[in-house]
Amino acid sequence: MKKIAVKIDDLTVAYNYKPVLWDIDLEIPEGVLMAIVGPNGAGKSTLIKAILGILKPIAGSVTIYGKPYIKQHQLVAYVPQKGSVDWDFPITALDVVKMGTYGSLGWIKRPGQKEKKAALEALEKVGMLPFKNRQISQLSGGQQQRIFLARALVQNASIYFMDEPFQGVDATTEIAIINILKELRKAGKTVIVVHHDLQTVPEYFDWVTFLNVKKIATGPVKDIFNDDNLTKTYGINYKVSIQE
Amino acid sequence: MSNAQLEIQLIASVVAAACAIPGTFLVLRKMAMISDAISHSILPGIVVGFFITQDLNSPLLILLAAFTGIITVVLVEYIQKTGLVKEDTAIGLVFPALFSIGVILIAKNANDVHLDVDAVLLGELAFAPFDRLILNGTDVGPKSLWVIGTILIITISLLIAFFKELKVSTFDKGLAASLGFSPAIIHYGLMSVSSVTTVGAFDAVGAILVVALMIAPAAAAYLLTTNLKKMLVLAISFGIFSAILGYWVAHWLDASIAGSITTVLGLVFLLVYLFAPSKGIIAVTYREKQQRIEVSLLTFLLHLKNHDEVSERHVKHLNEHINWQKVRSKSVLDLAQKNNMIHIDNHIVSLTSKGNEFTSKAIDYIITNEDSQIEDMKNDFFLFRG
Repeated sequence: MKKIAVKIDDLTVAYNYKPVLWDIDLEIPEGVLMAIVGPNGAGKSTLIKAILGILKPIAGSVTIYGKPYIKQHQLVAYVPQKGSVDWDFPITALDVVKMGTYGSLGWIKRPGQKEKKAALEALEKVGMLPFKNRQISQLSGGQQQRIFLARALVQNASIYFMDEPFQGVDATTEIAIINILKELRKAGKTVIVVHHDLQTVPEYFDWVTFLNVKKIATGPVKDIFNDDNLTKTYGINYKVSIQE
Repeated sequence: MSNAQLEIQLIASVVAAACAIPGTFLVLRKMAMISDAISHSILPGIVVGFFITQDLNSPLLILLAAFTGIITVVLVEYIQKTGLVKEDTAIGLVFPALFSIGVILIAKNANDVHLDVDAVLLGELAFAPFDRLILNGTDVGPKSLWVIGTILIITISLLIAFFKELKVSTFDKGLAASLGFSPAIIHYGLMSVSSVTTVGAFDAVGAILVVALMIAPAAAAYLLTTNLKKMLVLAISFGIFSAILGYWVAHWLDASIAGSITTVLGLVFLLVYLFAPSKGIIAVTYREKQQRIEVSLLTFLLHLKNHDEVSERHVKHLNEHINWQKVRSKSVLDLAQKNNMIHIDNHIVSLTSKGNEFTSKAIDYIITNEDSQIEDMKNDFFLFRG
């Protein structure tokens, strides 16, 4: 049996007393590349935010390798949705990536040469080194997403959470991102992605969680990614043709 | 220049610098209006503090008043969190309520208290040098200079210590939280500094100028740089520049110093707003016009490349077919000719080999969705220059 990277027990999250996540129990094994799928408003982003302590649940608990998130935040990297930040902020691509090192530095200590080197390496990895001194609003949507990915890479975490990393990126960037995610999994990391495009689930991921306010199913893609679960999640008679 | 004049300018400059630092972060956090709220709602805190201490520059009064500022922020956030009203409405509800309590407190006790509403709103910088700090019988300078100077030093120390935390939580709250930097602590830290600065500054410059000194320099700096540190330095410089120039404007016009400084701040912002090299109105308008011409030219070249038949390439046809007005098609035609992209033979337009190469390349880039490379390509062809 593999180690459990993330364990969620009886998690309920509500906005203004309306539950958006209801009694979620979920175990995410170490080393999987997992998609969270579900319709709009299913609580996919909320689930990630609750795991990361950005939102307070009204019930339930989350542990990362057996301990609460607050003690384990160094093990976790997070790529938020692109729309969650102000792209006109006066900051360069390199500076954004450097922020990934802040967690290991802790309060007050400043990033130095070591952190800069790590940030440059991450930029290189996502093919963004030539853009390091660009102000971030001068980057295309795909490039902005790559900067976010580089920032997560620099955190050198064990678990990566990504909220719709393929939103509004071109095909080249999508392939570049998924290749990096696959590399992370090969290196033994756990990668959890909020994903919209059902067609690409079998090709990109090896683990999947169906979510629609409640957890519908979770497990290996080859076992549970089927019409039955899709119908239960999306509420209509869903058929996908899975190309092997 | 007399000693008092020098001291007034020094006080105004230190106030400007102390305001610009929290102001920069308020602007970036889209919270400019909260500074207005704080500057008004500290009034009851100041009045109560004044009853207790009988000294406008007492540290206890400053802390009491700053605490009222924090209460404002908490109240605004509480009302907003109920989801019944939006943030700007919540601000509009909270600060007049607190401010009016302050006004009533002053009115009820106006007879025996040296404090009036005008002084609170507009400050009186001209009188600042008269209130001296005497230590062991020696005069060490105006009290308000010591007060605001201390606040500035504390603000700068906090800024240096927590620059990285401020930066990350302002840019990306979610990331800050997930990295273990509580955005709430940083938020209330910033609010505390803003409140203390407002209280320390308002005695000298008044509640309205405090807002101007916090927001205008930061807003101008925002239009000029893409680097947070430079934005801070620029905001501080604009603030100090406006403070000193404003003082002299007041001197020449024999008008209110606070009013003149605010006017200069407004003018500085206006100039930057118009003339900032990349984000200014003039630059933006020029760039948009330039882009329209470039798109037209590209459309025109693509049309020529798509059509071998002579009828499609007649000068007249281009007017009708591409549906441009005469002036526009002429300017595009001229531009293409000037860059040796086309030649016109007996009213029939054809691409030159250079134009042909440029257009093929452009199609390639458009198909592969690499817009940024079109920019590089233009340089290769020396297009749109001169």
